[in-house]
Amino acid sequence: MTLKNSLTYFALILVCTLLPLVSGEYYVNLGSQIMIAAVFAASLNLLVGYGGLTSLGHATFLGLAAYVSAWLYLNMGMGHAYSAPVALGLTTLVGALFGWISLRASGLSFLMLTLALSQIVWGVGYRWVSLTNGDNGLSGLTRPMPFGWDLENSTNFYWFTLIVTIACLFFIGKIVNSPFGASLKGTRDQDKRMSALGYDVWKIRWITFVMSSFFGAISGLLYVYFNKYIHPSVISITSSAEALLCVIAGGSGTLAGPIIGSILIVLLKNYVSGFVERWNMLLGVIFVFIVIFMPAGLVPGIVQLKTRLLGDKK
Amino acid sequence: MNYALEVKDLQKSFGGVAVTQNVSLQVMPGERRLIIGPNGAGKTTLFAQITGDIKPDSGSITLFGKEMTSQPIHARAHLGMSRTYQIITLFPKDTLAHNVVLALLGVSQRKKQIFSSMKLTDQMYDQALEILDHVGLKNQAYRKVTEISYGEQRRVEIAIALAQNPQVLLLDEPLAGLSKNERVMVADLINSISKEKAIVMIEHDMETALAFAEKILVLQYGKVIVDGDRDTVINDPKVQEVYLGH
Repeated sequence: MTLKNSLTYFALILVCTLLPLVSGEYYVNLGSQIMIAAVFAASLNLLVGYGGLTSLGHATFLGLAAYVSAWLYLNMGMGHAYSAPVALGLTTLVGALFGWISLRASGLSFLMLTLALSQIVWGVGYRWVSLTNGDNGLSGLTRPMPFGWDLENSTNFYWFTLIVTIACLFFIGKIVNSPFGASLKGTRDQDKRMSALGYDVWKIRWITFVMSSFFGAISGLLYVYFNKYIHPSVISITSSAEALLCVIAGGSGTLAGPIIGSILIVLLKNYVSGFVERWNMLLGVIFVFIVIFMPAGLVPGIVQLKTRLLGDKK
Repeated sequence: MNYALEVKDLQKSFGGVAVTQNVSLQVMPGERRLIIGPNGAGKTTLFAQITGDIKPDSGSITLFGKEMTSQPIHARAHLGMSRTYQIITLFPKDTLAHNVVLALLGVSQRKKQIFSSMKLTDQMYDQALEILDHVGLKNQAYRKVTEISYGEQRRVEIAIALAQNPQVLLLDEPLAGLSKNERVMVADLINSISKEKAIVMIEHDMETALAFAEKILVLQYGKVIVDGDRDTVINDPKVQEVYLGH
């Protein structure tokens, strides 16, 4: 990492850390939601952007971790310190199983399998009322208190989410810049060639699927801690599609893309919807604009634009 | 005898069409073997079965005595086999150096490392530069594949295959689509490959191919019509009739 990059990251983290001190609770909560969406989108980006595997069922992992954590708290009286690792472990295990099933196929068939599997989980969430409380969802939850730090306070929760988000993005960054990450990107670009070069393409994809479900589960825990409520709609195709939109709009296969995409979608969903009734229509217009003028997404598009205007300094 | 590559009674049909019929082939370590035949003779299909891209209906393939007929494609690379493609198959968005690094990484345990960094200062990039130097492309190492000519891309294909340090190298029409000068350059490059490595090559450029070959296998309609040393095959009346047009 260059000094310039390090300073940029440090400045960004500093701005994000200080943000709650100069803004009201509404914006602090908005910031927390953006970060949760960013972790979720970044976890999906591992599959879509770096693995070339477009999934339409990623909300399963967010929803499942949230449900397991909430259920254990409400029905077993389990504290967050125990329920969180159980939720993460179980969701990752389901990710391993779903990955094993989905990766029997590729391309459109892979997408359909991920959608089908997520619809099963969504169906369980809606219909198995004795387990999930059906359409009423699970409520009456509390936020954890790590080392006595009260996360019921919005600002504290924001900082907690910021720490988790930075950690997740750091590890995702490490993964994609590692030899394994190079292998993963190779399977995205030339899977046949990668096999001939000695790579077990299926195993690389499966490991990525499992890691992606793990990070998706982390976003699920943050989601349920933030909302203190979980409803089956969180596992729906709409949630999965929203995450996919964050990745594509921001720029798949880039670390910053899902963050920018999440800022865009969450702001539109929460902020603009207060002024514009049909915010979905506005989202559609923006998405069409991005696809036409920056087909690779906002981040690569802006980089290209900068290069065109200022020239390549390399 | 311990052959580098041995193919025994290989058979493959697509529907009712037999594309490989009882094909057998033995390649000694370090041997230069040419596979020729008219278009549609089943040469590339035979390659695809040897590399594992296509599963044969019956028959066996062994590499240095190790059975690999049912081995997955990636396992064959670890047994010492590498290949080039008739249609260039590179990583177009990446640099030449990164293309070669991916080949080096493929046969290394390092590819499993999840939390270590892959930097340009990495030792593997130094190795990649050495290999690119061997194929005459060191000065273009940090250009993207899309920025170099077709002939240079052919040389990158060979660089990638060599980076795997194979014992058996399969070259599928390495001279296809090249200009006369480029053909000479690539042919020289192939001739410079260490004699420790066995090379099996499919090629239509007869002048270059015959100069390269020690032994030749001729296929027609998926069948071996002649298999032997260069002079025997060239003088065989069936070959002259079917392939050389005499």
